[in-house]
Amino acid sequence: MSKIHVTTTVNGDTVEFLADPRETLLDCLRDRLGLTGSKEGCGTGDCGACSVMLDGRLVSSCLVLGVEAEGKTVDTIEGMARGDDLHPLQRKFIEHAALQCGFCTPGILVAAKALLDQNPDPSESEVRYWLAGNLCRCTGYDKIVNAVMDAAAEMRGAA
Amino acid sequence: MHYHTPATFEDAVKIAAACGGVTRFLAGGTDVLVQMRAGAVIPDDLIDLKHIPGVRDITRTPEGGWRIGIAVAGAELGAHDALCRDWPGVVEGMELVGSTQVQGRATLVGNLCNGSPAADSVPGLVAAGATVTVTGVNGSREVPVAEIPAGPGRTVLQPGEVISAISLPPRGENGGDAYLRFIPRTEMDIAVVGCAVNLRLDGDTISEARVALGAVAPTVITVQAAADAIIGTTLDDAALEALADAARAAATPISDKRGTAEFRTHVSGVMAQRVARLAYTRAKGAGK
Amino acid sequence: MAKDEFNTEFKLVGTRPNRPDGLDKVTGRARYGADMTMPGMLWGAVVRSPHAHARIKKIDASKALALEGVKAVVTRADFPTGLTGEDWNLQENSMAGDVALYDGHAVAAVAATSALLAQDAAALIEVEYELLPHVIDVDDAIKPDAPAIRPGSADHSVPEGFPPNVVRYIDYGHGDLDAGFAAADLVMEKTYLTEATHQGYIEPQACVGQLGADGKGEMWVCTQGHWFIRQMCSAVLGLEVAQLRVTASEIGGGFGGKTMVFMEPLSLALSKKAGGRPVKLVMNRAEVLRATGPTASASMDVKIGMTKDGKMTAGKAVFRMQGGAFPGAPVDSALDCAFANYDMPAVYHEGFDVLANRPKAAAYRAPGSPMAAFAVESLVDEMCRELGLDPVEVRLKNAAREGTKASYGPTYNKIGLVETLEAVKAHPNYAVPLGPNQGRGVASGFWFNYNGDTAVSMAIAEDGTAQVSVGTPDIGGSRASLAMMVGETLGVPYEHVRVNVVETGALGINEPTHGSRATFATGKAAVIATEQAIAEMCRRAAVEWDIDPDAVEWIDGAAQPAGPNAGKFPPMKIGEIAGKMSTTGGPIAGHYEGFPDGVGVSFGTHVVDVEVDPETGHTKILRYLVAQDAGRAIHPAYVEGQFQGGAVQGIGWALNEEYVYGEDGRLQNATFLDYRVPVASDLPKIDTVIVEVPNPGHPYGVRGVGETGIAPPLPAIANAVAAATGQRLRHLPMTPVKVLAAIQAGQDG
Repeated sequence: MSKIHVTTTVNGDTVEFLADPRETLLDCLRDRLGLTGSKEGCGTGDCGACSVMLDGRLVSSCLVLGVEAEGKTVDTIEGMARGDDLHPLQRKFIEHAALQCGFCTPGILVAAKALLDQNPDPSESEVRYWLAGNLCRCTGYDKIVNAVMDAAAEMRGAA
Repeated sequence: MHYHTPATFEDAVKIAAACGGVTRFLAGGTDVLVQMRAGAVIPDDLIDLKHIPGVRDITRTPEGGWRIGIAVAGAELGAHDALCRDWPGVVEGMELVGSTQVQGRATLVGNLCNGSPAADSVPGLVAAGATVTVTGVNGSREVPVAEIPAGPGRTVLQPGEVISAISLPPRGENGGDAYLRFIPRTEMDIAVVGCAVNLRLDGDTISEARVALGAVAPTVITVQAAADAIIGTTLDDAALEALADAARAAATPISDKRGTAEFRTHVSGVMAQRVARLAYTRAKGAGK
Repeated sequence: MAKDEFNTEFKLVGTRPNRPDGLDKVTGRARYGADMTMPGMLWGAVVRSPHAHARIKKIDASKALALEGVKAVVTRADFPTGLTGEDWNLQENSMAGDVALYDGHAVAAVAATSALLAQDAAALIEVEYELLPHVIDVDDAIKPDAPAIRPGSADHSVPEGFPPNVVRYIDYGHGDLDAGFAAADLVMEKTYLTEATHQGYIEPQACVGQLGADGKGEMWVCTQGHWFIRQMCSAVLGLEVAQLRVTASEIGGGFGGKTMVFMEPLSLALSKKAGGRPVKLVMNRAEVLRATGPTASASMDVKIGMTKDGKMTAGKAVFRMQGGAFPGAPVDSALDCAFANYDMPAVYHEGFDVLANRPKAAAYRAPGSPMAAFAVESLVDEMCRELGLDPVEVRLKNAAREGTKASYGPTYNKIGLVETLEAVKAHPNYAVPLGPNQGRGVASGFWFNYNGDTAVSMAIAEDGTAQVSVGTPDIGGSRASLAMMVGETLGVPYEHVRVNVVETGALGINEPTHGSRATFATGKAAVIATEQAIAEMCRRAAVEWDIDPDAVEWIDGAAQPAGPNAGKFPPMKIGEIAGKMSTTGGPIAGHYEGFPDGVGVSFGTHVVDVEVDPETGHTKILRYLVAQDAGRAIHPAYVEGQFQGGAVQGIGWALNEEYVYGEDGRLQNATFLDYRVPVASDLPKIDTVIVEVPNPGHPYGVRGVGETGIAPPLPAIANAVAAATGQRLRHLPMTPVKVLAAIQAGQDG
C-alpha cells in the first residue's frame, strides 16, 4: 500500500502530495494540504459540504480519489475570494444571514458559484434544485436562496 | 489497494485478469467510493478507466445513433443538445442520479454496473433499446442493456470483463421517450418506482413502444404487456388504464425501507401513465 | 426591570449588522471540530456493535495491535469502575461493558498513526457476541413480557409491578378532570405515534483529546457546551475536573445533540494509553446516526373535552416514550408542553420513560414539545372539524394569557400566544384561496426557554474597545447578538465589541448553548457585566473630577457629570478612560456568575398550505408561515433564521424523517440518502412574523427563540393533510406510503 505522488493545481497553485490510493480528494485537501474549508458531512455524496470544482466541474470531493487529481485543476472555497475582495456570493451570504453554523456554507458557496457561472439569471426554483445536494440543517434554505438570487442580480448588474 | 490507470480497454482487462483479489473498475466512482468508505468493498485493485482515450466522448454513429464513452458524466450528457433532442428520456434518467455534484462524476455505465434495480438511468436505456460493448480478454461483444443486470448488485459481466462503450440506436422519425420516478422528496432519493417509455407515432397512433420499470423487481424489467396496451392507440383513457394495469401486473416488488410492495405496485401504474403521456407529447412535438 | 419600560430607542438592538464571524465562515477559515491537528497527533477509530442487544463474550485486539503504527486499543476494561447514576450511563454509552445495548454501541477503540490505519486496525479487532433478544418499538418495549434491557434501572418513581423497561413514571395534574369532561359537548380520545428523528447537524462529532499520565488533559471539540464535555469526560474517566481544559471549536450545528459526550472520552482514554499523544476522533455519518443521540419515539393517548362553542374543558395526556437503552426520554417536558397553550380548568398527565435497544437519546430542539404538539394540536384540530369551528378562533378562545395558571404549574407572566394567533390571522397567507387536493393547517407550539449556570467576563481594552468572554458556543449568530447588547449598553459601535467563546480554564462553569438560553442568559449576564464595567468607569471619572461617583452618568459611551455637577466637566469618553486605566486603578472589567432569573416562555403559531398528490400520496408544501413571540429580536435576521430552521426541521419530522429498523434490530437508514432531511427543492419560502411581547425578565426583553419553532410543524402539516385529503394521519412521518394507504382505504392512518 505504497503512496502515490500527485501533482495538481489547487486554487491556482501547483501543489504536490503523497496519497494513499484509498484517500479521497477531500482527505487530501484537508489532511495533506491543510485546506480544511471543504467539509465532510457524509462521505457518501449526499450532503455537498465537500463541494469543489474539478477541472471546472462541480463535484463532491469525497467521491473523488486524491490520486485522480493528478494533472487536474481543483478550486476550493479557499480560492473563492481574491485577496480581501470577497466574491459577491460570499458578501451576500454574510449580508443576508444566509448561514447559521456555517458548516455547509463553503460547499454551498462553491456550488452556487458553479451555478451562476453557467446561469447568471436562475429562477428561485433552479437555485433550489441546483442546491438540492447541499444539505443545510440550520436555515431552512430561505436566506440561502435569497442570498444567491441577490448575488446573481448584483453580478448581472441588475441590483 | 493498487491503483491502475490503463491506456486501453485491452490493458484494463489484462490487468483485471491478472489480479487475484477484489477488482473494481473506476469510471465516475460515485458508487465505488461510497462502498469503499463504508468498508463494504475495499478492492485490492482499482482500475481507473478515465485515462483511456475517447471515454469522455459522445459521438454520432454513421447510422445516426449515438456512442457514449463510459466516463461521460451525467452533467456532460445534459449539456449535449443533440443527444438531449434525440433521447431526452435517457438523459433525464441519468440526470436524476444524485445531486448536481454527483452529476459531475456519475456515469451511465457505472449506474448500470452497480446493478441496482432502482438505477435511474437504466429504464431509459432499456426502453431506448441501448446496447453496450463488453470487452474481455477474448475480445468484444455487443449486449443489450436490458440483459446486463442479473439481480440486486449483480450483472452478467464475468470477472475481467468491462463495458467499453454504450450505444443508442438512431432516434428515427416521430419518436419520443421519457423517464419519471417516484421519490419521497423532490431530489436526492433512490427511486421507489421508476418508469421509462419510448414510443413512436404514426399520425396520432402509437406504432411502437417499449416500457421499462425500475425498482419493482430484482432487475429493471421490460413490460411487453404495457407496451402492447398502448400500441395501436392514441393513448386515450382506456389505453392509459390498460397501461397502468399491465404495469401493475408486471411489478413484483418487495417491501423495504423505501416503500411497501403495495405502494410500489400501485405507483407503477401511476408512473407508467404519466411517463407515457410525456413521451407521447414529445413524439408529437418531434413530428412537427 | 426591562430597559423597554423606560427606553425603546435603541441604536443597535433590532438592527441587522454582519455577524462578526461571517468572514471566517464564508472563506473556509473557520475551524470546526475535525479541522484541528496537533503535534504528534494520532487518529482514532471505534469498533461498534452490529447487534441490537448482545453479550460481549470476548474482544481480541491482537491482530490490530500487531499492525505497525497502531499505538493503543481501549475497551471498557480501561475505564474506572464504580460509577453510578448518569455518570454510569454516560460511561456505559461511551463504551459498552458486558452487553452491547444497541446497533452502533461502541465496544472498542483504537489509535494509530493515520486515519486509514486506525480504520484498518478497527476492522481487525475481533469481538465475539452472544445475541440477546431485543426490542425496538416503544409500545413493544413497555409490554410486561418484553426483553428486560437493564433490570434494576428503574428509579424510585416507578411503582412496583410495572413492566421491566419502564424506568421512570410521572403523573400530575390539576382541576377536576371528570367534571371537565362532563361539562364538554364533545370528548375525543385518540392515539398518536411519532418516530425517532435525528438532529441531523451536518458536522459529525469530532474532537482531539490529549491526556497525560499526570492526569492533565486538553480537548478540542465541537460541542454546544464544553463545560459539560469537561464534566462528563472527567466523570467517565475518573479525572479531576479542573485538570481537563476543553476548547470549543466552531460548531457545525447541534440542535441539542451536542450537549453530551459520545466518543469524546474515548479520545482521552486512547491518548492516555498512547503515552499522552493527542488523538483525533471524527465520526462518520453512519456513526452519527447509529450512535449519537436521536430523539425519542413516542406513543401518545390524548383526550380532550370541548363545548360546542369551542371552550376546552379538560385534557388528559398519557405519553409513552423510549429514549434508547438509558433513562432520559423527554417525557417530562413533553407532558409539560402538552397543554401549555391552553387555559384549561382540568388537566392530567401521565408519562412512561421506557428503555429500548436504541442509542441513548439526546436533546433535540424543544425536547418532547414536538411530539406533544403533534398529539394535542392534531386532536384540537380534529375536534374543531367535528364541531365546525375555526381552528384559530378556538385557539384564541382557549389561549393562555398573562395570569393563566399553566398546565404544568406556574402562572404565566407576560406572554405572546394571542399575539401570534392574531398575527397569522392578519397575514396574507391565511387568505390565499386553495385549489383541489390542497389543504391548510394551523397549530401552535410552546417552549419554556431556560437560563442555566452562566459565567461571563467582559473587559475594556486600552483603546476603549471591549471584549466579552462567554462560555456558550456560537451556533447561530449569538456572537452578533451579544456584541449588539453589549455595544448598546456601553454606547459604543457594534464593531468595537469582540465576543470570544473562551475555553473552560477561563471562566466559571457554563451550561451549553441549549434551552434557547444563549441570547437570554449569556446576554443578560453580559449586560450585567458591562454595567459593572460602566460603574467602574464612572468611578474613575468621578475620582478625576473629584466628585461623588453617584453623580456620574454613563451616556453614549462616555462618563458625564450629573445632578449638581451637570455640565461642569466635558464628557469623558470610554477611550480616554481606558487609555489611562493603568494609572487610575488598573484593569477595568465586569463579570457575572450565576443563574440569571427572569426566563420568558415563547409561543408560536404556524400556518401551512399543502397539496397532496392523490395518486401517490406525496405531500408538497406550498407555503409556510411562522409567527412567534421573540420577546425582542436583538438581530431580527437571526431570529427569522431560527424560526425558519426550526420550521424546516419540523417539516422533515412530519413528512419523511424517521429511524427505520429491521427485524434484526439494526438501523437500516444510517445515511443521508435514506435518512431524508428536507432539501432546498422540497421547500417554499418560509415566511416569518416576529411577534414582540418583551420579556420583563431581560434587560432588552429577550425570550429564547431557538426551540419553539420545531413543534408546530408536525401537527400543522397533519392538519393540512387532513384538510387536503379528508384523512387524518396519526402516525408520523406522513410518508407517501402512509398517506396513499389512507386515501385508498378512505380511512384515517
